[in-house]
Amino acid sequence: MNTAEKQSGGLGKDIIIYLCLLGMAGLQIVLAYTGSAGEGLFARLLVVAAVQALVAVLFFMHLSSERRSLVVFIAVFTLFVLATMQYGWTDSFRMINGAPFAH
Amino acid sequence: MSHADLTMEGHSAGLTSGSPFAIPTKKLAMWLFIIADTMTFAACLVAYLFLRNGTANWPTPFKFSPSIVNVMLMTFILISSSLTMLMGLRNAQAGNKAAAFRWILITAAAGAVFALLHLREWMGMIGEGVTLFHNPWGSGLFGAAFFSVTGLHLLHVTSGVIALLAVGVRYQGGRYNADDIEILGLYWHFVDIVWMFVVPLIYLLNIAR
Repeated sequence: MNTAEKQSGGLGKDIIIYLCLLGMAGLQIVLAYTGSAGEGLFARLLVVAAVQALVAVLFFMHLSSERRSLVVFIAVFTLFVLATMQYGWTDSFRMINGAPFAH
Repeated sequence: MSHADLTMEGHSAGLTSGSPFAIPTKKLAMWLFIIADTMTFAACLVAYLFLRNGTANWPTPFKFSPSIVNVMLMTFILISSSLTMLMGLRNAQAGNKAAAFRWILITAAAGAVFALLHLREWMGMIGEGVTLFHNPWGSGLFGAAFFSVTGLHLLHVTSGVIALLAVGVRYQGGRYNADDIEILGLYWHFVDIVWMFVVPLIYLLNIAR
């Protein structure tokens, strides 16, 4: 069975996903204007964006209908490289605090 | 046929027969491109967040009107264009060529409107004195970060619009099929997903309070 044959749910499901994505985009605006700025806001916005992206990847890009090995390959590869990009944050905090470089 | 030929044939058949993950090769290539492009955008966004976090006087210039209202409109258009892309795909898979082509054109038009709104946003920022290395508010790095991240996304949208028109016309002419529409759709949805991160990180974290 190919992907097209497995894409069940039809237009109704697509519209529900579409409305969910619009709703989450609206939620981001509300969060930005109701909460205070800072790390808390950053975390909340990032979580909503990640959920939006996950929903879009699974249902708009139909990754949920693909073979499990492809899903695992994409998830592991992407998340691993994204994780390795996070090594420099301590230096960013050093910059804001004006601390000297380590000798 | 010699024993060596048989061995070579056996090897090449083993290496090329079947498709990895049971998907067409073109589709796998698109997924690999999307993974690579995810790294590009992630690197840009992480570098931007690194600078924003480490800079004391980072500007927060985005007022509700016109900037955030414009961004909301752009978001609505881009997410809606993902839905129209799906409509095009479903019609293509059902063999309804004319309707599929029409939805692809609507998607391309939505992408073009998005790009025009984005350019309007840029013109507004430039009009307020923002350049790559200067702005009236604070750290000069703001302009470089803003224009590079949003510019990279705008480049992807523009490329997507061109690709939609090219693939749509070839699909209408019978040279491409529904699989090609699906593969192009993957790219278009990816551009949509990137925007879902650009909006909160570039705009909503920097709203004027």
